[in-house]
Amino acid sequence: MTGSTGTGSLPRYILQRILLVIPMIWVILTLVFVILRVAPGDPVSAALGGKLDEEALDERRAALGFDRPLIEQYWDYLVSVMKLDFGTTFSDNQPILHVVRDNGGATLSLTVVAFLIALLVGIPLGLVAGRYRDSVPDVAIRLFGILTYAAPIFFVGFLLQAYVAAPLGLPTSGAASPRTVFTVEPTTHILLIDVFLSGDGAAIEDVLLHLVLPACTLGLLICGVFIRLVRVNILQTMQADYVEAAEARGLDRRKVTWRHAFRNALVPVVTVIGLQFALLLGGAVLTESTFNWPGLGKKLVDYINERDYGAVQGIVTLFAVAVVLISVLVDVVNALIDPRVRY
Amino acid sequence: MTQPELDPVLEAEFQPDVTGDGPVISARDVRVWYGTTRGAIRAVDGVSFDLAPGETLGLVGESGCGKSTLGRGLMGLLPAGAKRDGEVRFRGEDVLTMSPRDAHRLRGSQLGMIFQEPMTRLNPLLRVSAHFEEAIRQHEPKLPKREVTQRALDALRMMGIPPTRYRSYPHEFSGGMRQRLMIALALVLRPAFIVADEPTTALDVLVEAQIVQILNDLRRDFRTSLLLITHNVGIVAEACDRVAVMYAGRIVEQGRVADVFAAPQHPYTRELLRSTISLRTTGLNFIPGSPPDLIDPPPGCRFAPRCPQAMAVCATTDPITIERPGGGQVECWAVGPTDLIPAGGTARLQQEELAVADEA
Repeated sequence: MTGSTGTGSLPRYILQRILLVIPMIWVILTLVFVILRVAPGDPVSAALGGKLDEEALDERRAALGFDRPLIEQYWDYLVSVMKLDFGTTFSDNQPILHVVRDNGGATLSLTVVAFLIALLVGIPLGLVAGRYRDSVPDVAIRLFGILTYAAPIFFVGFLLQAYVAAPLGLPTSGAASPRTVFTVEPTTHILLIDVFLSGDGAAIEDVLLHLVLPACTLGLLICGVFIRLVRVNILQTMQADYVEAAEARGLDRRKVTWRHAFRNALVPVVTVIGLQFALLLGGAVLTESTFNWPGLGKKLVDYINERDYGAVQGIVTLFAVAVVLISVLVDVVNALIDPRVRY
Repeated sequence: MTQPELDPVLEAEFQPDVTGDGPVISARDVRVWYGTTRGAIRAVDGVSFDLAPGETLGLVGESGCGKSTLGRGLMGLLPAGAKRDGEVRFRGEDVLTMSPRDAHRLRGSQLGMIFQEPMTRLNPLLRVSAHFEEAIRQHEPKLPKREVTQRALDALRMMGIPPTRYRSYPHEFSGGMRQRLMIALALVLRPAFIVADEPTTALDVLVEAQIVQILNDLRRDFRTSLLLITHNVGIVAEACDRVAVMYAGRIVEQGRVADVFAAPQHPYTRELLRSTISLRTTGLNFIPGSPPDLIDPPPGCRFAPRCPQAMAVCATTDPITIERPGGGQVECWAVGPTDLIPAGGTARLQQEELAVADEA
């Protein structure tokens, strides 16, 4: 702990954290594998049973390797995941990576934009509410936070569709109009980025307008979490001993508030951002259904309804890996901000 | 900030008004209230004292007597809802009535503060260097960067912290080192007056001795005036020129340490000294009862209900501040002035009755 070299080495911490990802992902892969095998019936009969005769089903099982010993299947699964091959869907025989590529972009852009809205609205409101505790703005902001957090997504979605979309002329369904979908070159397969790459003004406007309602619905929901979290943290740091000590050194109010109270209050927020983001990747399902958003969440629901185990296994694996990577990112960002974490 | 070098006999004779440059801090009838739903708590209730350049005044008293509140009141660091009144002059300027902007400017550069808990007083996210640099920049924005660093390193060196630790984070220091960091931070701008609020309470005895030594060196080297708040009578004897004994929001006795400790006039001072634990202590002494409710304190002397020498007059009439025999002030009817005690006032006070009445 002592000595001038004592400041925890950041690169070493990051390396440790990244190495820890390997066992975490291994555990997740194993869980996904086991859960899907434990479920009654095998994937092929679940997906295609009744549609094909027994012989054809056996053929399918053999082709997909379901007739081999479990341990071999498990090994194959791990090896193929390591090769970034997440398998194919059974129902429409598509590589999972393509499914994710074509639908993940919509989910990602919806989640990221919703998050930006939540942070841009939630953090400042939380700061104001905490700084001016028990004032009229504080009460109003707290009420707003509770309402947005407590209201179900589909309810807020319907309200926005019914009362906001029409007067403003906003689209209420889909990610873009058909014209845009067909004219924009899928360079990155993320429509939001492709449309900007295409430089087509009308298409950009079209995509952004489609994004407004779903992103606001999702953003408002998360923003309630941030309002409350930031407010509570501000209340705590404003009372902190080091804030009083900074005041005793004659620092002006603004500097004390920004450098000592706000900055420190935002540390726990980073952790929660990570958790919420992970939650949202999967939780966008409701928003996507409400707004008919062509995202991965909606696709996953479709595949589950079709009992497409291959698709579910592949998509869930990818989701899990994404969540693990986000949690590592959060840890690294935390270490950058808070020196005490680096040990 | 330079001060004219005065006669070298700093520690010996403290006659604030005679030395020529007057007291650094002069407090008159200072009061601090905390508003609560039950009414105002009169935490500090009419306190007066002077502090000459280079002088250390020890402020002692039991927990809750208003010591820390007085220290914070002088610094202007009271929480929202607290009110203060009276007069605190820093070099002749009234700190309590000056504009908030001027008061802010004084804080840190002229009035410094050292706190009780060094572990939590530094921002864990900021390097030690950032603490120093923001403090120096706040008060001397035009100072070049090299100069800022130099000053910070000088302050650290004085506290025995090597320059290699300048870029470290607070959590990389031990408690004693953090307190030295806090002192260095308070000193870096050479304030003329420092409030040290129980600076050694959270530290072990060896570190405590070290910090007391550092505080002792301060007044010798920089003529810093110090208000040393403590409940440790030993530290007062060791590090202070004068001592003020506080009870229930009032200074009941003050004077030169040697005088007060050799011949305490106020019964509370006497009891406090008797309660001090030393290696020769064989039995523990304590004062029965507890301090009065400060929301609506009983009339008369606040110590009367617990005082072994209480007289009838003590429960009815506020004692008058008088000169102590041997210098300083004391407020106690047992000391005087006898000619103002009404007839029959010297009768022994029935304390049990009073305690019951108090509780009712």
